[in-house]
Amino acid sequence: MSLVMDVPAAQSMSRSDLPEKVSVRHLSFFYGETQALKSISLPLHRNEVTAFIGPSGCGKSTLLRVLNRMYDLYPNQRAEGEVLLDGENILSPDQDLNLLRARVGMVFQKPTPFPMSIYDNIAFGIKLYERMNKAELDRRVEEALRGAALWNEVKDKLGASGLSLSGGQQQRLCIARTVAIHPEVILFDEPCSALDPISTAKIEELIDELSEQYTIAIVTHNMQQAARVSEYTAFMYLGELIEFDRTRRVFTSPEKKQTQDYITGRFG
Amino acid sequence: MALYDARRRSNTIVMGLCVAASAFGLAFLVLILLALLWNGLAGLTPSVFIEMTPPPGSSGGLLNAILGSLIMTVLGVAFGAPLGMLAGTYMAEYGRYSKLTFFVRFINDILLSAPSIIVGLFVYEVIVVRMGHFSGIAGAIALAVIVVPVVVRTTEDMLLLVPGPLREAATALGLPRSHMIIRVAYRAARAGLVTGVLLAVARVSGETAPLLFTALNNQFLSTNLNAPMASVPAVIFQFALSPYRDWQQLAWTGALIITFAVLALSITARVLARQRIAK
Repeated sequence: MSLVMDVPAAQSMSRSDLPEKVSVRHLSFFYGETQALKSISLPLHRNEVTAFIGPSGCGKSTLLRVLNRMYDLYPNQRAEGEVLLDGENILSPDQDLNLLRARVGMVFQKPTPFPMSIYDNIAFGIKLYERMNKAELDRRVEEALRGAALWNEVKDKLGASGLSLSGGQQQRLCIARTVAIHPEVILFDEPCSALDPISTAKIEELIDELSEQYTIAIVTHNMQQAARVSEYTAFMYLGELIEFDRTRRVFTSPEKKQTQDYITGRFG
Repeated sequence: MALYDARRRSNTIVMGLCVAASAFGLAFLVLILLALLWNGLAGLTPSVFIEMTPPPGSSGGLLNAILGSLIMTVLGVAFGAPLGMLAGTYMAEYGRYSKLTFFVRFINDILLSAPSIIVGLFVYEVIVVRMGHFSGIAGAIALAVIVVPVVVRTTEDMLLLVPGPLREAATALGLPRSHMIIRVAYRAARAGLVTGVLLAVARVSGETAPLLFTALNNQFLSTNLNAPMASVPAVIFQFALSPYRDWQQLAWTGALIITFAVLALSITARVLARQRIAK
């Protein structure tokens, strides 16, 4: 399966000059009859963090779940419009979903370690796409755990169950698992909402480091967090994109009154 | 305060009723177990496990029946459990939202509560009549028909307990569905799945009716699946109805053995289920 890993490399040569890693164009989304997203258009800039903020039910998580087509797991959910990943529409019916998800990783709100050892939690995904010997696999597992700032805490107990770790460690294990398969985009769905402030700080630091290599989108309810970690911010309300700009701009001089009301805590 | 006192009184009354009802049910269970122990232990000698069922008036044991029960139960579970697990997996994973699943679940629930004698008659018609004689394999198939709905139900229930986010997390790594199910969902539900199979074993090891129509009985030690085969429940049925004292004694002992074998299995299943929750 080395082919899988070569494709992104080849593409990055021809397309790395494009500033937009992902372009969402006129995206509408439906849960059965209910429309959850209304013609959203926005870019995810290459190797930058983009935050999606807005009150509950505004569609920010829905938007995130379109980017790796997670919604395909469920019936009666459909998307209209285009989502271009390196110029290719991932909403097209012939998109291979497993390959897409290997390129667009996702970290969830609650840590979801698999019921297996710490080592296997990471090796598992790698082995799915690449054939390698034990030494190489060991190296990749270590690299992933170092990348998620977890190596020093678990290097002596790689055989222990992933479920034996603390919540913050579990979340970093999930991040390690995601970066281990070398995705291009990482989606974070409220990754810190179940964590304490210290774990949150570690994850935020990690997101900052990861943005040097990966294009990142993060959904968050915490506006300080959006301000701290992101370069771009999208403010959504009732399924519509109200404002998209550099985070600094959105938080200091928003164009729309709704945005200002939300970030100053007047509603939402 | 009057209101509070009234509430306390009604609480006491309801709790008293609950305790009484539980004690009433438990009392019968204890009585049955005591009667089994009292009557069964008397005949529990090594010869029970090393001798064949005897003709009236001579001494013997239950070896052929125990062996027959083991063979048919193992085969029945070996046929039925994989089938049930595959169907349960379809219902919980692939076809969770499909009409077929709804339909299968409905049929399965009917099958689950169908009298086992009907299963015996069904296998009699379909297999025994065509083969022209009773056989161990027909007995195993009858047991398999009983195993399937039990395992379908527990497999589906246990897989539905696996949290959705875990499934999504596996999918988000780019795992094909089959990998997600085998490597993550089965693993997360492992103890529950094993429990389901053990419960199915417990259920069929005491079944008599389906075996009477299919495997019948055999006075001799036989491992020939193409011939009638003895089983503990069938021997109990035959011996308990007989007028001979030593046959009746063997029936009691057989009942004791089977009850405690099932009890041991149930306890194992419980312990495994508890481990799942503890994790």
